[in-house]
Amino acid sequence: MNVEQKLSKNKFSVDEGNPHISVDSSRLDADTIHALTVVCPAGLYSLGERGELHFDAAGCLECGTCRIVCAGHPGAMSWTHPRPSFGVTYRFG
Amino acid sequence: MSDYDVIVVGAGVAGATSAYCLAKGGLSVLLLDRGDAAGAKNVTGGRLYAHSLERVMPGFAGRAPVERRVTRETISLMTADSSVTIDFQKPGGMSDPASASYTVLRAEFDAWLAGEAEKAGCDLVCPAHVDRLLKDNGRIAGVVAGDDTLTADAVVLADGINSLLARQEGLKPELSAHAVAVGCKEIIELPERVINDRFNLAEGEGAARLFAGAPSGGLVGGGFLYTNKTSLSLGLVVTVEGLARSRTRLPDMFEAFKKHPAVAPLIEGGALLEYSAHLVPEGGLKTIPDLVSDNILIVGDAANLCLNLGYTVRGMDFAIASGQMAAETLIEAKNNGGDYSKGVLDGYWRRMEDSFVLKDMKTYKNAPEFIERPGTYNVYPELMDGIFSDLFTITGEPAVLARKKIWPRLRKAGMGGLAMDLLKGGNAI
Repeated sequence: MNVEQKLSKNKFSVDEGNPHISVDSSRLDADTIHALTVVCPAGLYSLGERGELHFDAAGCLECGTCRIVCAGHPGAMSWTHPRPSFGVTYRFG
Repeated sequence: MSDYDVIVVGAGVAGATSAYCLAKGGLSVLLLDRGDAAGAKNVTGGRLYAHSLERVMPGFAGRAPVERRVTRETISLMTADSSVTIDFQKPGGMSDPASASYTVLRAEFDAWLAGEAEKAGCDLVCPAHVDRLLKDNGRIAGVVAGDDTLTADAVVLADGINSLLARQEGLKPELSAHAVAVGCKEIIELPERVINDRFNLAEGEGAARLFAGAPSGGLVGGGFLYTNKTSLSLGLVVTVEGLARSRTRLPDMFEAFKKHPAVAPLIEGGALLEYSAHLVPEGGLKTIPDLVSDNILIVGDAANLCLNLGYTVRGMDFAIASGQMAAETLIEAKNNGGDYSKGVLDGYWRRMEDSFVLKDMKTYKNAPEFIERPGTYNVYPELMDGIFSDLFTITGEPAVLARKKIWPRLRKAGMGGLAMDLLKGGNAI
């Protein structure tokens, strides 16, 4: 089962147009960009054909791992919680 | 006059326990959580050591939505295709309330605990996202949540490991990738009877299983499995620093773990109900920040209270105790004239020092360094696989004594390193 299928089992309420995380890859080095693609449990960071970083906040499990990875790069990542009633709602946790 | 004596930010087990104790102590309390309900944003690996909540609410397990009482503990060292397991089963043991542990699911459990706080007289509001702390002449005077400004004489920060508020206030430095692990978990549905049969459990009994070695691809980390009533909590935890340099994505590592021959039969036929993730503070004592400032206390994961010894993983029992001790300190402050300055609230730290929380963190202060020794994840699984493969394989070739089989294996693994690990381990865990 791939991670997209797993995420489809979760209860999400996506705040369209208001992602709670944004990333500016021009402020990141290659190692950190690689890190983002491997550490995210939801696999939301990926590299495009030309090596550019793609990110989609929908499906975020709100763990904060990407925030930790980018902590040494000021200004590269804006990370907050989704607005109330948005984001993941764990039914089991 | 403030709206409340105390506002507690975050309705996890630390925050809800704190709010419960504060309300019981006669203080006016507001408990806020950003989830649609208490627990809706919270994740556990799966097991609560009951002692600390038992002290707050004697006999709680008889009323609370706990899943199963753990009666079986296993630890497995795994290579890609083998597994050597220590299996400890004692259904009659660990049964008195103070030494019992229970598997739990946080959405249900935290909602129950916050409900108990409400019954004790605390106000619970969710979803409410606290954007920042309210200041009055530089003094913390409440919280700002969206359009609402709520005043209080003191604030308990129980907003979890990411604690954006503690960072905003400069109360907590950023966790390094070295001192934090990321865990992901699947809830896998199986009939109660199947779980009982598969894990050799009687009704109400539970198993806690830990897996080291191959599951984390040799990185610092490991897999876990806890049995719930009608589901399994199967997860994988890996230190962020090591994972960041890995070629394998965490979701793919998790899938490989599920396909391991020692794991696949355990989850066979199960249906995925939920996929979750959470950070785990694993840096130990030296990463605990200053938990006290004027008009504010930090509890639970926000305070990095967690202890991973490899064979036990604890966080919630610390969180609950810290919530209780924060409440006791604030109740005392209120009853002594309402002075919530740092000098008074430092009583929280002293209580923690006198309790198992900081005593245990101190006892195991070397555990984080020991846990991350590479032997645990590569050398030992290979060593065990080699020894047991030799012992249990009969080919018809003339046999040799066990010591002649084991000795070369030990030498290959490195006797010096083994002796050092034994010595260091004895002083660390």
